[in-house]
Amino acid sequence: MHYIDPHIHMVSRTTDDYARMAQAGCIAITEPAFWAGFDRSSAQGFHDYFRVLTETEPARAAQYGIRHFAWICINPKEAEDPGFAREVIALIPDFLDKPNVLGVGEIGLNKNSKNELEILEAQIALAKARDQLILVHTPHLEDKLKGTRLIMDALANHDVDPGRVLIDHVEEHTVGAVLDAGYWAGMTLYPDSKCTPERATDIIETYGRERIWINSAGDWGPSDPLAVPKCHVEMLRRGHPRETVKRISIDNPRTFLGQCAKFDVEDPS
Amino acid sequence: MAETPFTVPRPRSWVVDTYFMAHRAKLLDVAAFLDRVDRAPPDDGAAARTDDPRLVSLRAAIALLVDGEGDRARRILELFSDPSTDPIDRAPGKGAIGVWPDYDPDA
Repeated sequence: MHYIDPHIHMVSRTTDDYARMAQAGCIAITEPAFWAGFDRSSAQGFHDYFRVLTETEPARAAQYGIRHFAWICINPKEAEDPGFAREVIALIPDFLDKPNVLGVGEIGLNKNSKNELEILEAQIALAKARDQLILVHTPHLEDKLKGTRLIMDALANHDVDPGRVLIDHVEEHTVGAVLDAGYWAGMTLYPDSKCTPERATDIIETYGRERIWINSAGDWGPSDPLAVPKCHVEMLRRGHPRETVKRISIDNPRTFLGQCAKFDVEDPS
Repeated sequence: MAETPFTVPRPRSWVVDTYFMAHRAKLLDVAAFLDRVDRAPPDDGAAARTDDPRLVSLRAAIALLVDGEGDRARRILELFSDPSTDPIDRAPGKGAIGVWPDYDPDA
């Protein structure tokens, strides 16, 4: 089945992964800017990274017939130094104009610190001023519940339209509040943290198919670039119709991402 | 929610048939992990191994599994979560350990 993986860090993956994803039916991906597993030592390091996201990866993906889109930001794991973070933020506007950039992301919180929150709010303000879509990273593990609440408060404080924000990495304890507030919700399929395909399918059965998607968030850590089609297998073996799978992995991503005119991926069916 | 949630299209027996063996194995993994912790010698100068906040929260979560209530996944995630509401002054690092270190099962 065709699908869109709306959150994957291909900069950390091999070209073989692009090939396997194409063979599994992937037609498009979106790649948010995030931590690379190490702290960059200068704003120039981010400039180079943003060039990878807007020049190198689209070309690599195109070799396998996969459309590549990106999100630009400074991630919360490198936001503890506000002065440094603001140097990076100053780079963002030029990259928002690149043809494959859909918005600001993945912004959010990591340890729920005051500095992280300051930089999150600065990027929310930038996104709103530039009328950009927002992709939100919620914290890991014990910090997720508190962080998700702080992030939703920050978005509300800036009067951001919830329909233009996707809050990612939801799990059973955060998905309800995210959807009830009108935001889009992303479920990340990881082997040891976040959701398994089984739990993601449980959440779809519990909370429905509206304003929700699944992604692999494949990166340099334990992750699986084929997690999305593996979740499809889980849904199908439970007896869910193919229309539901398409809704989660084609229709919903196209609806949310299509709010940015640059996302011109057509329905493959 | 605008859409009525829908249920697993398969009957309960199919759910048990399909998932039982995998979860039997996961339960045994938890049991073997706790045995492994018990067999391991204490760290020099460290707190007793039973005081590790990860194990304290894990034991509380295991008790929650058999309390007869639903929403187990959500409730365990909440049990593992930091319940505070204000941002902290500075990030102590980047990592997370998986449970709220100050969780007190007797509180």
